[in-house]
Amino acid sequence: MSFIPGQPVTAVVQRIEIRKLRQGEHLILGFSIGGGIDQDPGQNPFSEDKSDKGIYVTRVTPEGPAEVAGLMMGDKVMQVNGWDMTMVTHDQARKRLTKKNEDVVRLLVASLLCNASPFVQTEFAI
Amino acid sequence: MDTESTYSGYSYYSGRSRGSHRHGERSRDHHKSRSKDGSRSEKSVTINAPPAEPLLGDSSVLGEEVQDDNWGETTTAVTGTSEHSLSQEDIVRITKDLEDSVGLDCRRYFSLTLAVVLGLLVFLTPLAFLALPHLLWPDKLLVCGTACEGLFISVAFKLLILLLAVWALFFRAPRAGLPRVFVFRALLAVLVLLFVVSYWLFYGVRILDSQDENYQGIVQYAVSLVDALLFIHYLAIVLLELRQLQPAFSVCVTRSTDGETRHYNLGQLSIQRAALAIIENYYRDFSVHNPALLTASKSRAAKHLAGLKVYNVDGEFPTTPATEAFKAKLKAYLLDSPGNNAATGLAHSQSRAMIAAAARRRDTNHNELYYEEAEHERRVRKRKARLVVAVEEAFTHIKRMQEEEQKKAPGDVMDPREAAQAIFPSMARSLQKYLRTTRQQHCHSMESIQQHLAFCITNNMTPKAFLESYLNPGPTLQYGRERWLARQWTLVSEASVTSGLKEGAIFLLKCIDFSLVVTTKRIPYIQLSEEFIDPKSHKFVLRLQSETSV
Repeated sequence: MSFIPGQPVTAVVQRIEIRKLRQGEHLILGFSIGGGIDQDPGQNPFSEDKSDKGIYVTRVTPEGPAEVAGLMMGDKVMQVNGWDMTMVTHDQARKRLTKKNEDVVRLLVASLLCNASPFVQTEFAI
Repeated sequence: MDTESTYSGYSYYSGRSRGSHRHGERSRDHHKSRSKDGSRSEKSVTINAPPAEPLLGDSSVLGEEVQDDNWGETTTAVTGTSEHSLSQEDIVRITKDLEDSVGLDCRRYFSLTLAVVLGLLVFLTPLAFLALPHLLWPDKLLVCGTACEGLFISVAFKLLILLLAVWALFFRAPRAGLPRVFVFRALLAVLVLLFVVSYWLFYGVRILDSQDENYQGIVQYAVSLVDALLFIHYLAIVLLELRQLQPAFSVCVTRSTDGETRHYNLGQLSIQRAALAIIENYYRDFSVHNPALLTASKSRAAKHLAGLKVYNVDGEFPTTPATEAFKAKLKAYLLDSPGNNAATGLAHSQSRAMIAAAARRRDTNHNELYYEEAEHERRVRKRKARLVVAVEEAFTHIKRMQEEEQKKAPGDVMDPREAAQAIFPSMARSLQKYLRTTRQQHCHSMESIQQHLAFCITNNMTPKAFLESYLNPGPTLQYGRERWLARQWTLVSEASVTSGLKEGAIFLLKCIDFSLVVTTKRIPYIQLSEEFIDPKSHKFVLRLQSETSV
């Protein structure tokens, strides 16, 4: 997933649909994200290219909705419900994922692990 | 073996060096070990006698308190060197060197008289220039006006300044005798002489012969002479003092016996002046040369050679058919490869056999060395601990009396020397043992230790300060005069000693027991560049890595 600014990104991605779980008055997805254009990309343990400022899945709670849906730790989130996640700040990413009026989020993730079956190969123009 | 090698070095150098004075040698020989004359190979000697010179005004006290030679111990010491013994050869050498030293003094006095004569000539010349017209043709001279008399004052003060300047620069006790003439001084003397002679020539021809009446012109001539002399003195300062201040060379000085190395920065000097600067720094920086510390490595080297015997097969033995056959068999055995040339092959195989045998021996030697050194270190530390405790305890017995107490109780009052002698016996034994373990016992005599103790007590020093000079070997000047050997230095150099230092110059400074190897390197030309940092350019960003659960 090398990233050249201004050029379209080519990646092998898969679609993951996560149904939110209601816990009290919060809707949770069951994973944690890290990264963003306002963060330090050098400290990201999951990225291949240490200048990649995308959003990465840093933790997946066991038996949570994300794990059930097949999300793995280290995946890079490319889109959420059609919104781009490759060039957003950390807070914008959090907001996109935790909208209160949405029950389901559909993620487009690119996985590092080789057992991810590539459904879609998509080109993104940045 | 130690004794032979030391003695041979001693006689070799003292016979060669012209400038060696034997006075230091004789006093050194008086108060050292009491071994008998002429015995070269002795190995056991009693402990050092106290030195011959008594302290000023304390001889009465010294008489009562002088202890046995073996203070604190009653066993004899074993020393490996007998370089201090006086023998027949020594006496012959002393008388011969006395004659040599007379020659050196002649040279010094000769140069001293030359300098004095030149100085007098220089100072009296302007006065002569001014006085001679008045003496020779007083009637014809024009009256000296105001400007002319003002010039008299100028001449007087300039001469005074010149006198003070010459006194400051040249009237100093000579600090060394160098082997060759000091080139810059000689050149300056020649320059001054030429200058004064040319002025006299001009004066003689144009003024004395023609009996010039213009006295003001003569006075101005004398003033110009004094001005030029002051400028020559400026030249002397620059050449003699200022030029070598800027460091240009870095010299590495290594002592040949134990490898102690120091580095110094010197300016552009001739080799003999650089050697002088290095020797003066040697007396300050290097620890004192202690031959007793070198015996361990020498005995190891002896053991290496003693165990191997090399037989010469092609030798001086009478040849019989049996020995010929034996030799042939031995040759065939020693020569591994058949294609070798006989002579070189034999030499090579001999050396190979020696080195192989030596290598096998070395396998056990390093083990011995390791354990020996560990044992020695442990012993030294143990003795040091005992010594420190003993000295601290001894110091607690002494307390300084205040002024008021002195008037009140004049009973048992002691001066520092008596106080030192009172507490010395309690620490004498442990100090003696420590010095013998670290092989320093011949550097310190009982008298010097008591003197040092009195000095420390007078100046309110702590026990640690007192022990400092015994725990760490200090520079050579700290010890007695017999260790200085200041007159035994020889400069050995391939280049001429009056030529300047160059990159890669190597020369040797030989003393009796050791030599200093000096190598020179030029200090590199440094190119310094500048980088300007705007103080407003110091800006920082916060780099986060936060993790959010969704």
